Amino acid sequence: MTRFALPLAIFVVLLVLLGIGLKLDPREVPSPLIGKPAPHFELPELHQAAKTFSERDMLGKVWVLNVWASWCVSCREEHPVLLDLAASGAVPIYGLNYKDKREDGLAWLRGMGDPYRLSIYDFDGRVGIDYGVYGVPETYVIDKAGVIRYKRIGPLTPQIVKEKVLPLVQELDRA
Amino acid sequence: MIPEIGQLALALALSLALAQSLLGLLGAARGEFVWMSATRPAARGQFVFVAFAFGCLTYSFIANDFTVAYVASNSNSALPLPYRVAGVWGGHEGSMLLWVLMLSVWTFAVTLFSRHLPQEMVARVLGVMGLVSVGFLLFILFTSNPFLRLFPAPPDGRDLNPLLQDPGMVLHPPMLYMGYVGFSIAFAFAVAALLSGRLDAAWARWSRPWTTAAWCFLTVGIALGSGWAYYELGWGGWWFWDPVENASFMPWLTGTALIHSLAVTEKRGAFRSWTVLLAILAFALSLLGTFLVRSGVLTSVHAFATDPTRGIFILALLALVIGGSLLLYVWRAPKIGLGGGFEPLSRESMLLANNVMFASAAGSVLLGTLYPLALDASGLGKISVGPPYFDTVFFPLMAPALFLMGVGPLARWKKASLPDLAARLRWALAASLLAALVLPFAMGRWGAAVALGLMLATWVAASGFVQLYEKVRNASGGASAWARLSSVPRATYGMLLAHFGVAVFVVGVTMVKGYESEKDVRMEPGDTVEAGGYTFRFDGVRDVKGPNYVAGRARIPVTRNGKLVTTLYPEKRIYTVQNMPMTEAAIDPGFTRDLYVSLGDAVSDSAWVVRVYHKPFVDWIWGGCLIMALGGALAASDRRYRLAAQRAPEQYAVAAAR
Repeated sequence: MTRFALPLAIFVVLLVLLGIGLKLDPREVPSPLIGKPAPHFELPELHQAAKTFSERDMLGKVWVLNVWASWCVSCREEHPVLLDLAASGAVPIYGLNYKDKREDGLAWLRGMGDPYRLSIYDFDGRVGIDYGVYGVPETYVIDKAGVIRYKRIGPLTPQIVKEKVLPLVQELDRA
Repeated sequence: MIPEIGQLALALALSLALAQSLLGLLGAARGEFVWMSATRPAARGQFVFVAFAFGCLTYSFIANDFTVAYVASNSNSALPLPYRVAGVWGGHEGSMLLWVLMLSVWTFAVTLFSRHLPQEMVARVLGVMGLVSVGFLLFILFTSNPFLRLFPAPPDGRDLNPLLQDPGMVLHPPMLYMGYVGFSIAFAFAVAALLSGRLDAAWARWSRPWTTAAWCFLTVGIALGSGWAYYELGWGGWWFWDPVENASFMPWLTGTALIHSLAVTEKRGAFRSWTVLLAILAFALSLLGTFLVRSGVLTSVHAFATDPTRGIFILALLALVIGGSLLLYVWRAPKIGLGGGFEPLSRESMLLANNVMFASAAGSVLLGTLYPLALDASGLGKISVGPPYFDTVFFPLMAPALFLMGVGPLARWKKASLPDLAARLRWALAASLLAALVLPFAMGRWGAAVALGLMLATWVAASGFVQLYEKVRNASGGASAWARLSSVPRATYGMLLAHFGVAVFVVGVTMVKGYESEKDVRMEPGDTVEAGGYTFRFDGVRDVKGPNYVAGRARIPVTRNGKLVTTLYPEKRIYTVQNMPMTEAAIDPGFTRDLYVSLGDAVSDSAWVVRVYHKPFVDWIWGGCLIMALGGALAASDRRYRLAAQRAPEQYAVAAAR
């Protein structure tokens, strides 16, 4: 009897392992950027191509950088969360419009609402490479000294905003 | 409207699958003939509705209906039509729908070809398959609905992942899934047999053709995936030990063991509990593969969006289906009893060794695939296990299996004699030793690994010819050669052909590993590079435009001894919708070698990084796989199974009376 139960026993161990595995995120690669200064960029704004924006403009403030694109379906899902976060006034959000057509990006913000103080326009994805963008959307929290403190790959959810982003922003604001 | 009809069809399919499983399993348990006889129509109805739902999704893709979220994520109006159709299984939701479609196709096939089986058996088999179908339909409807709408609709779709825009994509997933899901039949037969407590030769005979057929599809599916990776990923490898490749390879290894084990159970009545276990495991590993790919537990090129509810759902399904059947196994297996005994040297013992090696191989692949996860789960960090591990454990397991492949089919059941086998195989042995000594020199360089590989390949092929010769000589078909040849059963030819395919495959692997050459160079127009005796000249890159991409296309004439062999045009494409670069390698395939060129990045206005490969005998790898699958198809179509199926009811009645 016991020897016939062996496969079942192994299977149960396997199930436990897989169950734990589900809780882990293999994509949660510890980003080498956390704790490092945000890479430098100077890019044109989405709305006004003549004006540029740089991460240095934000020194002394805690802010959120969100990578988005009009072709990104997950961004659509994330958008209401960003609108809520922006409306709460807890932290300024800046957008990085990634590998997009300018008119598509603008139309998207017009149609869906614009949670961003402003969006910068990264047509060829250069800045995305510096920031190690895996996919869209991604979100970074950057502190007053211009150091990246948090990175999220994939859409923000209300839960993540409540449990991770907001407490971190409050802590950084106090610092 | 069409997507809603599709969703409705899926819901109806679910209710029919529920009826099919309940009527089948309860009807068989209580001996209700009316219930049991309703399973067949229910299964056929389920097939019709699933196929209809699949058709609805396909229609939404063809019609560019971007109000359907799944279409918007995986298609684009500029996408060529064949890829719009293949886009149906380009993402998670559609893949699952394809999975269920394949399951209902197999179920439908069982309803067609089971007329001669006892009703109780058919009811149980269809009941078990219906239960699996219920699980997956619930999964689709609750967590992965492909028909969900998206408002406001995006102006255009996000496009199919450019990696998937390839003819390989049209064929690879359906073939692979046919194989994966096909093992559900062997599984259903095993569970039905455990439920009825009747695990006899008839059961093994019924399972055999289905298992072999599923194995053929899986073989072709894996070969197609490997070939696709070879020319699409642009670095010339044909197997990467990627978790998802492993996920398809584990059921294949277990399925191969199962095919051989079923042979023993059918012919000699031995290995019964082991065969049942293998049938459960083959399907368990198919489901595990589905879980690994779909849940996002492991990272891989195939990974899809991670959604924890999906992972939990599949895990629960896995626990129910596999845990349930293993529990049934614990309960029933001790009563199965042993079959005929055999000596340490016999065909049985060799097939047992084959089983042990294939099962160990599957186990070691499983270990290598899950080890990183186990470390991560116990907080020991993130690592990846790569080809070094797999190559190291795999070779020592497969080399003896190849050796046995030559001996096993010649050995007699129950008791074989070593001197007798040695005498019959002496020419095959001589040929393989000669091949090991001489053939590598013909390629220019002798090496131990190459010699061993070629020796084993020659051994398998040569002993196959000995087997063929003996079978034909001993055949009782009459005097003429043709009569004798045609009196050898088709299953035997199938076995010989499949084994010959293995020899071809081994030649391919050995030659590529031993003699491939690779150059990775920066080239200005006019520069030349040499690999494997061929000279590649870089003539520069010009821009071309495709339907949904722009590309730089290089022109590279290849010469050998001053004579033009071919001109290759590798491309570097940018798919405009996702702004994603893709390498499109150019390959000149040949019987004894492939010339393979892929374009790296531009390093200046005119200079490019160019990768050039000379790959001797690489096509033998896939050729070998196709021969194996062909052999399997031949074996599965043996008329013995059809005759046996017709005879079965009487035999079954006798067995029941005893």
